[in-house]
Amino acid sequence: MSENTTKIRRNRFPFSVRLEPRLEVPPAWFPAAVSLGAIVVALFLGGILITVAGGDAIQSYIHIAKASVGDVGVLSDTIVKATPILLTALACSVAFRMKLWNIGAEGQFIMGAFGAGAVVLTHIFPDTTSPWIFIPAMILAGMLAGAIWGLIPGLLKAKFNVNEIISSLMMNYIAIAWINFFIFAVWSEGGFQMTPKFPENAWLPRLLNYAAAMPVFRGLTTHLGLLLGVVAAVILWLLIFHSRWGYEIRLIGDNPLAARYAGINITQNTILVMMLSGALAGLGGMSEVAGVVHRLQTSPVAAGYGFTGIIVAWLSKLNPLVIIVVSVLFGALILAGREIQPSGVPKMIQGTILVCLIASDFLLRYRIQIVRNTEEA
Amino acid sequence: MEISENSEHKKESPFVVEMRGITKRFPGTLANDHVDFQLKRGEIHALLGENGAGKSTLMNILAGMYHQDSGTILVNKKPVSFSSPRDAIKAGIGMIHQHFMLVPSQTVTENILLGLDAPRFLLNLPEYDTKIAALGERFGLKVDPSIKIWQLSVGEQQRVEILKMLYRGAEVLIMDEPTAVLAPQEIEGLFNILRAMVAEGKSIIFISHKLQEVTAIANSISVLRRGKLTAGSLPAANVTREELARQMVGRDVIFHLEKKAHEAGEVVLDIKDLKAENDKGLPALRGLSLNIRSGEIVGLAGVAGNGQRELAQVITGMRKCASGQVCVNGDHVDNHSPFYGIQRGISHIPEDRTHVGTAPNLSITDNMIMKKYRSSPIADHGMLNMSVATKFANEMRTSYEIIVPNVETPARLLSGGNLQKVILAREISGQPALLVAVQPTRGLDVGAIEGVHRLLLAQRDAGAAILLISEELEELLSLSDRVYAIYEGRTMGEVQVGTQETSQDMVETIGLMMTGTPLDQIKRGAGQNV
Amino acid sequence: MDAIIIILQAGIASGTVLLFATLGEIFSERSGVMNLGVEGMMLLGAMSAFSTTLATGNPWLGMLVAMLMAGILSQVHAFITITLRADQVVSGLALTFLGTGISLVLGEGLSKAGTVSLLPSATIPLLSLIPVVGPIFFTDQNYMVYIGYLMTPLAWYFINRTRPGLHLRAVGEYPAAADALGISVYGLRYFYVFVGGLLSGLAGATISLAVSPGWFSELTTGGQGWIAVGLVIFAQWDPFRAVIGSYAFGALRRLILDIQGPTLLLGFANPFYYNPYWGFFLQMIPYAFTITVLVIGSREATRKRIGAPAALGTPYIRGERGL
Repeated sequence: MSENTTKIRRNRFPFSVRLEPRLEVPPAWFPAAVSLGAIVVALFLGGILITVAGGDAIQSYIHIAKASVGDVGVLSDTIVKATPILLTALACSVAFRMKLWNIGAEGQFIMGAFGAGAVVLTHIFPDTTSPWIFIPAMILAGMLAGAIWGLIPGLLKAKFNVNEIISSLMMNYIAIAWINFFIFAVWSEGGFQMTPKFPENAWLPRLLNYAAAMPVFRGLTTHLGLLLGVVAAVILWLLIFHSRWGYEIRLIGDNPLAARYAGINITQNTILVMMLSGALAGLGGMSEVAGVVHRLQTSPVAAGYGFTGIIVAWLSKLNPLVIIVVSVLFGALILAGREIQPSGVPKMIQGTILVCLIASDFLLRYRIQIVRNTEEA
Repeated sequence: MEISENSEHKKESPFVVEMRGITKRFPGTLANDHVDFQLKRGEIHALLGENGAGKSTLMNILAGMYHQDSGTILVNKKPVSFSSPRDAIKAGIGMIHQHFMLVPSQTVTENILLGLDAPRFLLNLPEYDTKIAALGERFGLKVDPSIKIWQLSVGEQQRVEILKMLYRGAEVLIMDEPTAVLAPQEIEGLFNILRAMVAEGKSIIFISHKLQEVTAIANSISVLRRGKLTAGSLPAANVTREELARQMVGRDVIFHLEKKAHEAGEVVLDIKDLKAENDKGLPALRGLSLNIRSGEIVGLAGVAGNGQRELAQVITGMRKCASGQVCVNGDHVDNHSPFYGIQRGISHIPEDRTHVGTAPNLSITDNMIMKKYRSSPIADHGMLNMSVATKFANEMRTSYEIIVPNVETPARLLSGGNLQKVILAREISGQPALLVAVQPTRGLDVGAIEGVHRLLLAQRDAGAAILLISEELEELLSLSDRVYAIYEGRTMGEVQVGTQETSQDMVETIGLMMTGTPLDQIKRGAGQNV
Repeated sequence: MDAIIIILQAGIASGTVLLFATLGEIFSERSGVMNLGVEGMMLLGAMSAFSTTLATGNPWLGMLVAMLMAGILSQVHAFITITLRADQVVSGLALTFLGTGISLVLGEGLSKAGTVSLLPSATIPLLSLIPVVGPIFFTDQNYMVYIGYLMTPLAWYFINRTRPGLHLRAVGEYPAAADALGISVYGLRYFYVFVGGLLSGLAGATISLAVSPGWFSELTTGGQGWIAVGLVIFAQWDPFRAVIGSYAFGALRRLILDIQGPTLLLGFANPFYYNPYWGFFLQMIPYAFTITVLVIGSREATRKRIGAPAALGTPYIRGERGL
């Protein structure tokens, strides 16, 4: 028996707005159109705010477009900026799918950088070791460090039901302090706030390394991290949609009661998924220090990629393949945004996009009906 | 709002409430069909009927929660129209629901004062504590107003709900299955309270399905069945329980399917002396025993709320039990995880298809493979073969006639009936050793129901042991080989149905067991062999 | 001994920031709406307070504008979560990004703007003479601190001993019951989210105009908004526990700063003086402490069967059974 309470209300307006849940699936283009609409609205609102702050909105947007995809060189730079975001977004997407709000991707990224850096800076391998050993070791160390950093909030949630948002967020700050200690005190180069540069064998190969064979690659800094990211995205896509474990993750996220009824162990999966999420973010950290920075230094590492990843994951509706595309978009935004005045603009636009997107989700679930009010007794 | 002191001048009209020709339709059902109802001043009037008979709907209309499609309501001879529960309360009618509307972390006084206009700002709780305690004294509702609700027993919470209505000046109190949540010793306490209220001039409507209690407390009894009034205002002193059971359950022709005689095999499900609590911490199963053999359908008859839900949950591993044992083919499954049971061949069609049985945003295919995804042909080395899964889903869609554009549609968009078919397909197709089916045909149309029945019989013939929990007595009798009746967490007895024609005696016996009379008492009383 | 007094005195001052934010979030969550955007609202408040005071020279005006701006921002979250019934967690996070972003954009250039007149401090005449307690609580503390002293019992009294407070609690615990008795669930939720915004803005103003004067972009709040959200859980949604947690935290932060200064610590050579980089580990303490506090809070809640307002996090839709 349905619980429709037919309450007759006296309405002062001549019409009323009624919200009806949608009863069929909207056509496939509808969600994409709504998302696109949300972004347009967001850019418009962002433009207003930029103008209020004294900037030139249109110039800003044009500049962003030019400075990110204007030619091969800047495209490569865009991709370099997109790579860490790609990995943190993948990390967030797998956790979010299980409704685990991993806000700690930033900290896990930092710890991944730390892990990779540790392999080099502790000199367990001599500087002349082959990259075929260095790089896999750094990948492993980075992913492991990230996984541990994700394990902690996961464990706290599974065993003590501690809110993972706050615990993972706190781990971010702890990670910053941790890596700062090692950068400033343990591995510092000559008292400066950075470590020595990594030996070249511990650098991720870049396109410009192959400029001799392909002249068009000259000066392009796109590095192996991109490949790692794309491979991770594809593997994750296969995992989520085509594997047993992915099925369990999706089921837990959609209806934990049904998952229990189907015999799935939620506690175990909470821990494993947080570790996977941390490992992916850690891989991002490794890729950034081994592919771009080539040393441990605070500001390029703790640059907010973990937070941007959240937005990209949400914008991509948690789909790993879509994340590849959207992270390039955001890479563009960050790259070009650095020169825009005022400097907080990229962050503000990101925030506006996310807000508009969340608000627009509503249109996918409900239909708005404007109903003429008749005089009701 | 103070208690009305002018009940004196209303003494002339005998009927304090009159409902004439009330009709109410919900999507898919006619809940009330031209129902008449009269309540005399100062009487306790019981409204009797099975679940789905329409009693709660009728009273919700009177209490202002719903509005009738047609028909009139008169309060003290004046026609009224309620647009919300507030209107009904202003007219002096208050309802105490089965699910209490009390805020657990607040005190009794705070709950009673909620939503009222006085006091304006500052809560002088001690002052109101005294007022409310005094009000309670007057009606024999002893409760300490400064205690928080969660600390009170269910019986005490119920008294708070009653006080809430009395404080707002209710003259007519509607109680919806008030004894459903009470321990046996609290029931007499409630009855004393009701008698005290009547002595003060209140009138009470008592919705129930429990014959023994109704005959103990009510002055007059009305019976509803399938939305229609079958007996109106019977004087309680003059009517027998058998008569009431018959009015409730009916003489309908039993729909009969071809049920082959089948030799049942070994015992598959063996439950001994099972005790378990419900969500509120009250005992739901109080020492229940039953067994089911392979190749037979065992029905469990009973009005909802007597422990069926908890029984199904304990068997399928969704609820812990306090003591007793549940064995499937010799293995103890009590207090193990749901996965343990699934591995031992237990399939479960849950009562709550939306919140437990399916994942709303996942596709039908995804929902369909919930039990099969761990092994081939759907899974292979940890990877899912989606084309096999989709093929399976499409096969199920055809054989179970699930009406949906395609199997990628998210489950939340399916109608209740179609959703149930998805669950059935999933659970039945796995050739389970034990199938626990709770309300499997709820919400389905006649054709679909027949289809489900055929499938259940086919499983039985193939050797499955099936526990069928249903509120439809017809369904139980046409499908089951044996029927147990459950009442307040225990079985009252067992009736052999087999393939014989269901007799009126069978129906009456089960009806009496469902409403609290143990089998041996029936046999002794009637002197018959059932 | 003097050192302890100084630490506690400073601790109360910086703890007042956390107190305002925590109280605000308590109001919001008590009505059933979780607002994780506290950090963003605080930052917006800090920026608005600073820039308004810079423009007008009046710190009290700055404080008011800060509260208003944060309150307006909170309504975005309110609309999305209450009317549009979106997920409260994601919306709160989005609000943090939005608030932070807007603050950075509108606050461009403020860090070079010089100093502004601050909110005044005061010493309470008689009370400051009480030994121990006087110097800590009543000597040379900012007006904001005294407002904090008053606000806590008032908040407690409002929530627990007034009719509107009763309705607030009902809406957060069992909105269906409140709705059935004629209380406007949506209306009250909008209102208390707004209150949360006002108080977060006040917290921000307290930073930039009193406790750590100035504008330092994101470092101005430095994660205190998040700590406040954690403190709400530790406080078990009660104003008095909130004040204990806030002041303890404030004192802890001050202690961490001060412990690195002296050459001698408790009579021994101060390791933090001689190894200044160990200070990074000290920096971790507040955050590790928050996690510990969360664990304690969650276990207590399970043990005592109290805990979050029962309807926290769930949008209210009339006609659905239960919460």
